Amino acid sequence: MLVGALQAGTAVLYAALGEVIVERAGVINLGLEGTMLMGASVGFAVTYQTGNPWLGLIAAALAGALFNLVLAFLVVTRGANQLASGLALGFLGIGLSALIGRPYVGQLIEGLRNVPLPILADIPFVGEVLFQHDVLIYAVIPLAFFLQWVLFSTRWGLSIRTVGEDKTVAYAAGLRTQWLQYQALFVGGLLAGLGGAHLSLAFTGVWGEQMTSGRGFIAVALVIFAAWNPLRAVLGAFLFGGALAFQLQLQARGAPVSPFFLDMIPYLLTLGVLIFLRGNRKFAMPAGLKTVFEGMR
Amino acid sequence: MSTLVQGNRTRLLFLLRYLAMIGLALVVFALLLLLFGKDPLRAYIDILSSTLGSSYGITEVVVKMIPLVLCACAVMLPARIGLVNVGGEGQLYMGAWLATWGALTFSQLPQALGIPLVILLGFIGGGLWALIPAILRAKGWLNEVISTLLLNYIAILFVGYFVFGPWRDTASANFPQTPKFVDAMRLPQFGDTRIHLGLFLAIAAVVLIYLVLRYTVWGYDMRAIGGNAEASRRNGLPITKTMLMVMFIGGGLAGLAGVGEVMAIEGRLRPNFSPGYGYIGFLISWLAGHNPVGVVMMSFLMAVLTFGGDTLQITQGMPFATVNIIIALILFYCTGQVLSAESEAVSYGYVLCHRGARRRIAGGHCRTLRRPG
Repeated sequence: MLVGALQAGTAVLYAALGEVIVERAGVINLGLEGTMLMGASVGFAVTYQTGNPWLGLIAAALAGALFNLVLAFLVVTRGANQLASGLALGFLGIGLSALIGRPYVGQLIEGLRNVPLPILADIPFVGEVLFQHDVLIYAVIPLAFFLQWVLFSTRWGLSIRTVGEDKTVAYAAGLRTQWLQYQALFVGGLLAGLGGAHLSLAFTGVWGEQMTSGRGFIAVALVIFAAWNPLRAVLGAFLFGGALAFQLQLQARGAPVSPFFLDMIPYLLTLGVLIFLRGNRKFAMPAGLKTVFEGMR
Repeated sequence: MSTLVQGNRTRLLFLLRYLAMIGLALVVFALLLLLFGKDPLRAYIDILSSTLGSSYGITEVVVKMIPLVLCACAVMLPARIGLVNVGGEGQLYMGAWLATWGALTFSQLPQALGIPLVILLGFIGGGLWALIPAILRAKGWLNEVISTLLLNYIAILFVGYFVFGPWRDTASANFPQTPKFVDAMRLPQFGDTRIHLGLFLAIAAVVLIYLVLRYTVWGYDMRAIGGNAEASRRNGLPITKTMLMVMFIGGGLAGLAGVGEVMAIEGRLRPNFSPGYGYIGFLISWLAGHNPVGVVMMSFLMAVLTFGGDTLQITQGMPFATVNIIIALILFYCTGQVLSAESEAVSYGYVLCHRGARRRIAGGHCRTLRRPG
C-alpha cells in the first residue's frame, strides 16, 4: 500500500514542485496537465526510438520546459490573462501530445528500471517499501529539500519570490522581472515534464492519450494545499497518492467506505486549509497571484 | 470587447482582427499537420463537409452548441461583475445530479410535470453548487477562482459515487450508469435529429442576458459593480446580494447544460459524461469578451471544431484531440492580442466607459514605465 502511494504520488509531486516555483513567481499554470502530457509523450517517443530511457527523460524535461515557455511568452511578454492562457495551454498539450504519441499507442518499451539500493533494499519491509524503486522516486524527496533551500535561502529564490509578491517593487529593486518569470516557468516545465515521463516510462510503461487523467489539475490543487511550500507539497502528494492506494486496500477488504469519498478528501482538505488558515502569514498566497485572481474584470 | 466606446469603423476593424487571428491559427495548424505528415487541406475539407456539408452535420453542430452556450453564459454573467467562475464543469455535473435524483424519485409523474421538474431541479442543482464559492467570496474567506476549480473535482466524484453506488443500474452490469429515465422525464427531441428542448433554454438564456444587461437597471448595476465595486458599495448598491444572485443564475445555466446532456442526449446518468464543456465554456466566454452575441459565434466555432475532431479521427486516423490544437491556437492569438488592442486603445485616448477603466489605464501606464527593463 505504501509502495502504491509512492508510485502514484511521484508524477504529481514532480509537477507540483515545479508549479510551486512558477506560482512563487506570480504565474499560475492551469495548463500543467498539458505540460505533463508533453513530457509523457515526448519521453516515450524518444525512449522508444533510442532505446535509452535516460535520453527519454532529458527529452521529456526539455519538452515540458519549452512548452511552458509558450505560456511565458503569452502571459509575461504579451500580458495575456493567465487563467485563459493556461487552460488553452492545457488544450494544446492534450492535442499535441496525442499527435506525437499516435504512432506509439499500444507499444511497449523497457522504461526506467527499478534499482534496488544495495544493502538497504534487504532490510525487511522498510527495504521493500523505500528502497526498491526507480531513480525518479529516489530523487524526489532530495529534490524537494533542494527546492526549499533554493526558494528560501538563495538569492535566486528571493528574487523569484519578490517578483511573485510585487512586480513593481521587484522592478524598482533592479530585478529583471520578466526574465525571472521566464526562468521560473522553464524550471517548472522541466519538472512537470519529468513528472509526465515518470508516468509513461516508469509507472505504466506505455503511452496512452490523456494518460495523466487529471493529475496536472491535482498538482495545481496540491500547490495550493501546500501553501506554496515544496516540503509541504511532499506531504500533500503522499496524502493524495495515499488516498488512492488506501481505497484499493479498502476495496480489497470490502470495507463499506466509498472510494469516491476518499478521493474527495484531498480537495476538501485543500478547501478547509485555505478557508481556516487564511489569516496565517505562513500560509499566505503570493500577493502577485492574488492580483491574477482578482484582476480579471 | 465591448469595453470601448467604438464607432462602426473600429468595430469592423475589431471583427477583422478576430477573423485574422482565427485565420492565422488555421494556417499554423496546417503547417503543424504538414510537419506530422498529414494533409491539412484534406483535414479542413473533412471538417467542413462533415459539419456544414450535410443537414445531419448541421444538426449535430447545434446539439454541441447547446451545452457550450449555456456553460459560456455561466461564466459570462459572473464575469460582468468581476467574478471568475471556473466551476462550470462542476455546476453542470451537479445540475445533472439533482435532475437525475428527481427523475428517479418521481418517475410516476406525467410528462407535463416531469419535464419542468427536471429542468427546475437541474437549474437549482447547478445554482446551489455555484452558491458555495459565491458565499465564500462574499464573506471574504476564499477567492472564487480556487474554490470553483476545486469544487469541480468534488462534484465529479460526488456524481461518480451515486452512479457506481446507490443509483447503479443492475441490469447493465458492465457499465456504471443509472437505469434509463422514463420517457416522461426525457427532454423532447425534434424530428429524427438529436436537437432537444435545451436549444430553447440556451436561446432564452442568451437573449435574456443580453436584454437584462443592456436595458435594465439591474444590468446597469452589474456593470457598475464590475467597474468599481468599492464605488458601487458606497453608492448603496447591494453588492453581496448581486454576487450571490449572479453566481446562482450562472451555476443554474451550467446545470441546465447538464440536464440537456443527461435528460436528452444520454437518457441516463453516466460518470464523466461531459468532455469538459464547463472548461470550454470558460474559454468561449473569455474569447467573446463576455459578450452574449460573441458567445454564440464562438460556441458555433467551437462546436464545428469539436465535431470536426470526430471526423478527423475516422477519415484521417488522427487522434480526436488534434482539434484541441486549433482551439488552443485561436485562444492564444486572442488572449495575446485582445489585450494589446486594449492597451493601444488606451494610448490612443479612447474614452473608456465602464468595467475596470481605471485599472486598465493604470496598467497601460505601468507598461510604458516598465518597458526599459
